[in-house]
Amino acid sequence: MTEPIKKKKKPLAPRVPMPNQPPAERVKNFEEVALGYTYELAVNEARRCLQCKKPLCVKGCPVEVPIPQFIAHLAEGNVGLAYETIKTTNSLPAICGRVCPQENQCEGACILNKKDQPIAIGRLERFAADQYVHIDACDLLTGRRDCVPVDPSKRVACIGSGPSSLTVAGYLSSRGVKVTVFEALHEVGGVLVYGIPEFRLPKDRIVAKEISALGLQEVEFVTNSVGGKTFSIQDLFDRGYQAVFIGVGAGLPKFLNIPGENQNGVYTSNEYLTRVNLGRAYDFPNYDTPVIRAKNVTVYGGGNVAMDAARTALRLGAESVRVVYRRTVADMPARREEIEHAEEEGVIMETLAAPLAFSGDDRFNLTSVKLQRMELGEPDASGRRSPVPVEGATYELDTDLAIIAVGTRANPLLISNEPELKLNDWGYVQVDEKTGETSIPNVFAGGDIVTGAATVILAMGAGRRASKCIAKRLGCEREGD
Amino acid sequence: MNADKTFTILDKEQLIPGQTSKLVVSAPQIALKAKPGNFVILRIAEKGERIPLTIADTDPEAGTITMVYLVMGKSTAMLDELDKGDEILDLCGPLGKPTHISTEAGTVVCVGGGTGVAAMHHIAKGHHRAGNKVVAVIGARSKDLLLFERELGQFCDKVLIATNDGSAGVQGFVTGVLQDYLENESDIGEVVAVGPVPMMAAVAETTRPFEVKTTVSLNSIMLDGIGMCGACRVTVAGDTRFACVDGPEFDGHEVDFTELSNRLAAFKTMEQAAHDHYCKCKCDD
Ligand SMILES: Cc1cc2nc3c(=O)[nH]c(=O)nc-3n(C[C@H](O)[C@H](O)[C@H](O)COP(=O)(O)OP(=O)(O)OC[C@H]3O[C@@H](n4cnc5c(N)ncnc54)[C@H](O)[C@@H]3O)c2cc1C
Ligand SMILES: Cc1cc2nc3c(=O)[nH]c(=O)nc-3n(C[C@H](O)[C@H](O)[C@H](O)COP(=O)(O)OP(=O)(O)OC[C@H]3O[C@@H](n4cnc5c(N)ncnc54)[C@H](O)[C@@H]3O)c2cc1C
Ligand code: SF4
Ligand code: FES
Repeated sequence: MTEPIKKKKKPLAPRVPMPNQPPAERVKNFEEVALGYTYELAVNEARRCLQCKKPLCVKGCPVEVPIPQFIAHLAEGNVGLAYETIKTTNSLPAICGRVCPQENQCEGACILNKKDQPIAIGRLERFAADQYVHIDACDLLTGRRDCVPVDPSKRVACIGSGPSSLTVAGYLSSRGVKVTVFEALHEVGGVLVYGIPEFRLPKDRIVAKEISALGLQEVEFVTNSVGGKTFSIQDLFDRGYQAVFIGVGAGLPKFLNIPGENQNGVYTSNEYLTRVNLGRAYDFPNYDTPVIRAKNVTVYGGGNVAMDAARTALRLGAESVRVVYRRTVADMPARREEIEHAEEEGVIMETLAAPLAFSGDDRFNLTSVKLQRMELGEPDASGRRSPVPVEGATYELDTDLAIIAVGTRANPLLISNEPELKLNDWGYVQVDEKTGETSIPNVFAGGDIVTGAATVILAMGAGRRASKCIAKRLGCEREGD
Repeated sequence: MNADKTFTILDKEQLIPGQTSKLVVSAPQIALKAKPGNFVILRIAEKGERIPLTIADTDPEAGTITMVYLVMGKSTAMLDELDKGDEILDLCGPLGKPTHISTEAGTVVCVGGGTGVAAMHHIAKGHHRAGNKVVAVIGARSKDLLLFERELGQFCDKVLIATNDGSAGVQGFVTGVLQDYLENESDIGEVVAVGPVPMMAAVAETTRPFEVKTTVSLNSIMLDGIGMCGACRVTVAGDTRFACVDGPEFDGHEVDFTELSNRLAAFKTMEQAAHDHYCKCKCDD
């Protein structure tokens, strides 16, 4: 009994901070903002972990990464073992370590979060993964030199190449299934490639590496191929696929529905980020895709997408960038870290304000926005205080680029061409919660097309659930799955 | 499924030298699925942008699609550098809603202007196959710039021509010819117009008093072409619609053409920069 008391007395070391590129530097480039832990920093942080008998952190993780185990390996300096441990349940750890909302998940649940700062689980995951992204995934997954031999008679197709499909591909191919991933765009990765900016998630160094590890497991990627257009679900079965996974994301952007919204200079976040990320418009005219570079940028919304758009605009040379949000900074749904990074870089949070109308010049170019002052009213049924307009308090801001980041609806492309597919009340694909199976037998779905815009890790969790069920049907699940 | 992975140019024909060409490209999967009204999005080089082009014709058996393009700026200029045997880097489709073709449309008058005649040709062919009587009205500045006159002649009941200089057909605009036809014929079930925005707008105004259903195919600026970005949005009957997934065909009487022309000018200066940069680089080589 003396042991634990002793432990309690020992004051906990502070959480090891993440080295970052200085704000003044980073607004001038698209290099990654967070530089990552060094070996020393990682080991020090790992040693803070209490190695709880009943680890709460794991419960907070949608794919149940064995967190205390991997941290224990890191604390002993064994990075390879740590990586292998993570990889047993997470096929994209370098990505998750960077973009997961850890504060609401593992770190939010960490026992230390109650009184002190939680273990920096995400940063440790990222550290372990970064040391190994260059290594053949099969090696580490299977402990063998070669991958599990793929059995071409067991075939599964994934539609869309975002994190949900990539998880399905990783899981099933490691069990010998031949997986083909069909992607409508010319690059694979979904939002990881066309949405989340380079300075948060490097495309070549990280995303492409984790995807090419899947390629080594004989996953086949087919780009320029649109489900519901280039092929139907039935076509896939006719070609010998035994199961289909739909991971097409939730694309269709929402608008503010206010006057002047279709003027030149008003973009959706999807258009803005796709031009910059997929089209590499930051390097125009070396690359051909153009994007408006503006002086005064306003971004509408308060999530990760809004932060990404705002910080991208700064990097493209804007003089002022404002995030216009109806509530307060504390209410913003974006990750804390992203809000802090944005503020450090000079993004102005124009809170308690809502857009009323856009105005432009005689050439249809945006020049200003009229805003309504808001205040927080009484808490509603959900306990959230809803914003209400302050009567008569409107004001005008100059803006020559407005970016709308207020969410998405289900993309109709696939679903409107597959009438058999049952949808839920919100227009997303309806699935069996346990297996991810849709109303069409052997057709599964997961990720944003089921939940609406959510997170990378939830999309991966859905992919994992569906994979388990598919593997069982194909008779290739492993013990303990 | 063996979706197409390479898109080889099997044939190239200069329809109007230095300005408009026709490409026949190997794309079996797309050829199998493409219907009149569909388009593709293509990318020519690693650093290239995604541009939409209408599928002007298909041959499902040969596994080919045909595209006709007008050299406008950098991307189409680069496309024009390619020749028989070359490959198009990315070709995605068929995109967009196919033309709504009723078998009882009666006479369908298909109006085409400029490169739009190619897109109109595929739509006209679809109506013809469905058993509708098809009248084509095509226009150009002069005789040498007329497209698809022969192809249309093979299945259209009539091919009416308007040229600005009067070198072929009637002197004037397609809308004049259309006006005459509307005044003199009664069995018109539908008018379809594909061409430059001002032309489509004028056609819609010409048919409005006659209350004839008028379909236009909108060439708004596109990026992904799969309904994710909203770049292609157009206002139709007061609502925001996406040309790539809800269109590209809409009721011409309900389209806000002024907004569409304004939106098409969004990148004018940048496109000029891209084109100049491209020409300069080519000279530097
Ligand atoms: C700007 C931005 C920032 C974000 N930041 C974060 C973050 O920090 N942390 C976090 O956890 N989450 C973040 N998210 C959310 C996260 O990226 C998504 O929840 C996640 O990517 C959803 O994955 P998915 O597998 O459902 O598909 P997606 O990533 O949406 O990918 C779907 C893919 O399917 C393709 N597709 C669509 N239709 C078809 C079709 N018919 N046929 C073939 N292919 C098709 C699309 O082109 C796309 O590539 C962010 C999202 C955005 C837009
Ligand atoms: C559904 C659809 C079908 C089309 N079919 C054909 C066709 O069959 N033949 C043909 O010649 N043209 C067609 N177009 C137009 C064609 O896409 C543009 O001419 C082409 O993108 C111009 O590219 P550029 O780089 O050569 O010129 P740029 O210098 O980029 O642009 C010149 C002008 O073309 C328009 N444009 C630019 N980018 C786009 C874009 N991404 N999408 C649409 N318009 C754009 C703008 O008005 C611009 O001012 C179609 C457009 C759409 C939307
Ligand atoms: S809950 Fe926190 S302290 Fe406990 S094992 Fe998990 S990470 Fe370590
Ligand atoms: S081109 Fe992006 S939504 Fe239509």
